[in-house]
Amino acid sequence: MKALVLALVLAAPLAAAAEEAVRLDAAPIDPRDVASLQAGARTFVNYCLNCHSASSMRYLKLEEIGLTETQIKDNLLFTADKIGELMNVALSRKDAKDWLGTVPPDLSVIARARGADWLYTYLRSFYRDSESASGWNNMVYERVAMPHVLWTLSGQQELVPQGFKTLEQAEAIARQQKSTWKIETLTPEQAGKDGDRFVLKTLRTKTPGSLSQLEYDLLVRDLVNYMTWMAEPNQLERRQAGYIVVLVLLVLVVLTYLLYKEFWKDVH
Amino acid sequence: MAAAEKQPVSGAGPFNGLLTWIDQRFPLMDLWYSHLSKYHAPKNFNFWYYFGSLALFVLVLQIVTGIFLTMNYKPDAAQAFASVEYIMREVPAGWWIRYMHSTGASFFFICVYLHMFRGLLYGSYRRPRELLWIVGMLIFLCLMAEAFFGYLLPWGQMSYWGAQVIVNLFGAIPWIGPDLAIWIRGDYVVSDATLNRFFAFHVIAVPLVLLGLVGAHLLALHEVGSSNPDGVEIKNSKDPKSGIPLDSVPFHPYYTVKDTFGVAVFLVVFSIVVFFMPEGGGYFLEANNFIAADPLKTPPHIAPVWYFTPYYSILRATTDEFVRWFLTPGIIAFAALIAWSVKNTAIRAAVGAIAAVLLIGFFTLDAKVWGVVLMGVSVMIFFLLPWLDRCPVKSIRYKGPITKAALAIFVVTFFVLGYLGTESVTAGRTIAAQVGTAVYFAFFLLMPWWSKMDKCKPEPQRVTGK
Repeated sequence: MKALVLALVLAAPLAAAAEEAVRLDAAPIDPRDVASLQAGARTFVNYCLNCHSASSMRYLKLEEIGLTETQIKDNLLFTADKIGELMNVALSRKDAKDWLGTVPPDLSVIARARGADWLYTYLRSFYRDSESASGWNNMVYERVAMPHVLWTLSGQQELVPQGFKTLEQAEAIARQQKSTWKIETLTPEQAGKDGDRFVLKTLRTKTPGSLSQLEYDLLVRDLVNYMTWMAEPNQLERRQAGYIVVLVLLVLVVLTYLLYKEFWKDVH
Repeated sequence: MAAAEKQPVSGAGPFNGLLTWIDQRFPLMDLWYSHLSKYHAPKNFNFWYYFGSLALFVLVLQIVTGIFLTMNYKPDAAQAFASVEYIMREVPAGWWIRYMHSTGASFFFICVYLHMFRGLLYGSYRRPRELLWIVGMLIFLCLMAEAFFGYLLPWGQMSYWGAQVIVNLFGAIPWIGPDLAIWIRGDYVVSDATLNRFFAFHVIAVPLVLLGLVGAHLLALHEVGSSNPDGVEIKNSKDPKSGIPLDSVPFHPYYTVKDTFGVAVFLVVFSIVVFFMPEGGGYFLEANNFIAADPLKTPPHIAPVWYFTPYYSILRATTDEFVRWFLTPGIIAFAALIAWSVKNTAIRAAVGAIAAVLLIGFFTLDAKVWGVVLMGVSVMIFFLLPWLDRCPVKSIRYKGPITKAALAIFVVTFFVLGYLGTESVTAGRTIAAQVGTAVYFAFFLLMPWWSKMDKCKPEPQRVTGK
């Protein structure tokens, strides 16, 4: 019963918090774009696969996105010896807890749990926060333990809060934003007398990275595309098979319908 | 003995000899005749009558896909989640088998709910089919248990916490509850021990019971004969010579070909989900279940799978206020209504005693206990339908405006409760769920009165056309 009560209690403030949920950007991904998947795989192996594992994913499976065995071995096989191995990492759970405060989640199916849009927005929403342990914070995931691993590429962003008297005013400005934003609603006590009730939070580049904004967005697009593919490597095969199966079944529908009508024509 | 008396089988061409040999040692032809080729079913079945055979089809599909899944699934807390992904990625066509099984679970409930709704529409539960309905309800309970046990097996966050919530419901039972919950789990929390026993229940215990009950359901059906959309008994108008009901056709080949067509259409819809939207918009496979179970991280929002959510809504709607302001006056009013309608003193005394016990309970036990009770009753109350419905006719075609309105309101309420059960709790949603709960129970408990009041049309003597 405790869990139920706990769930009910937890659900109440969460429903309130949902009102200030971040607007997620639509991830422009395409699992048929092999070049994008390959670029994403490279970013994934170089940047993610040091702390995060993808323990359901075999390196060998990368052949399905057009890479050869030699390419995989030469460019992507850092933490394993054989191409048939799973994407595991050397980081132990205990070390991870000591160093990061939590165990980085396995990323095999994270795209199915979080959704591509969430990942796409999340990876572009880190900002500098002197109050957090890692020095980083994230618009999508408040106080996330993960530091901004891609910061040399993206540069550093900072949070820009703007106060507004009404929600309409805040939303009007928010709609002009190109990047992620969220609106926080303060209680009258928090805002103080005549204070601004609605805080629009946006991000601004503080120091640029080695990539331009557009280049970085493309890099994240490719990475999220890869992670979405990795979460279900058979998804293209599934859809292709689906067209054939449904087509054959439609023929079966017609045949069984004719058979049914033939048998029933004498029943009145 | 029997060998000499039985007629040789004819009409099977080259198989006559073999079938005769079997038939003289096994009641093969008797079974064939009594359940298929000489089982006379009404000729006027409509759309709603497909869902019985479809439910049977999904049962077979679930058993067959389930067998293949067990070949690679590992019922072990450390390996279960990964073994499902192993099936999805490395087992040839594993993803297809798994998606058929996960989609099949939802489609099983869709078919069974539509099958039950057919019963409500055409009064299929009415005399002499009360036992048929009861066996059907037992199948429904088994199916709920089967779905619940199976949902733990992928060992995702929703699996884990959903099981935790449901098992904890048993913990709400006064006195024995906490120990009972531990006994069910085999541990203080849902753990490897729980996973192992749920696996045993899911793959063998419940399916065995389910198959037995489905057999009993079919036997009971073939004993009393199928009802039909007109709700008239076809056995009342038989051909004087052959003794065969005039408005009937032999099940085989007429309904075997018709149901085969139904299965083909079903497979198209089913395959569109399996191949193009296996997550079913997050209702068939929930996003949170792609995160491995973590006993230390409670997800912010726990909801059961869609087919349980109407009852879950009723559970959550039962707050202290609901018990005080609705259940208490509701029970008093209902007891008064029975006392006013029934003249038998013994029944009146019994109703008074039950109401008094309940009222004492409302003021002494926690609201969560009554939430669990109401949730249980909301499912079990379907058992009573054959005796709650007092309408002189069976079919909605000849029932009056009250029944039509009541059934429409009930269906809307069922969907609203179902939707609310998937959402997190807010003050407004709780009130909506409480109104829904009140309507849900009013539909059943007041049925003896409103179904009797309804102005029904006369039933025809024979079945009408479609």
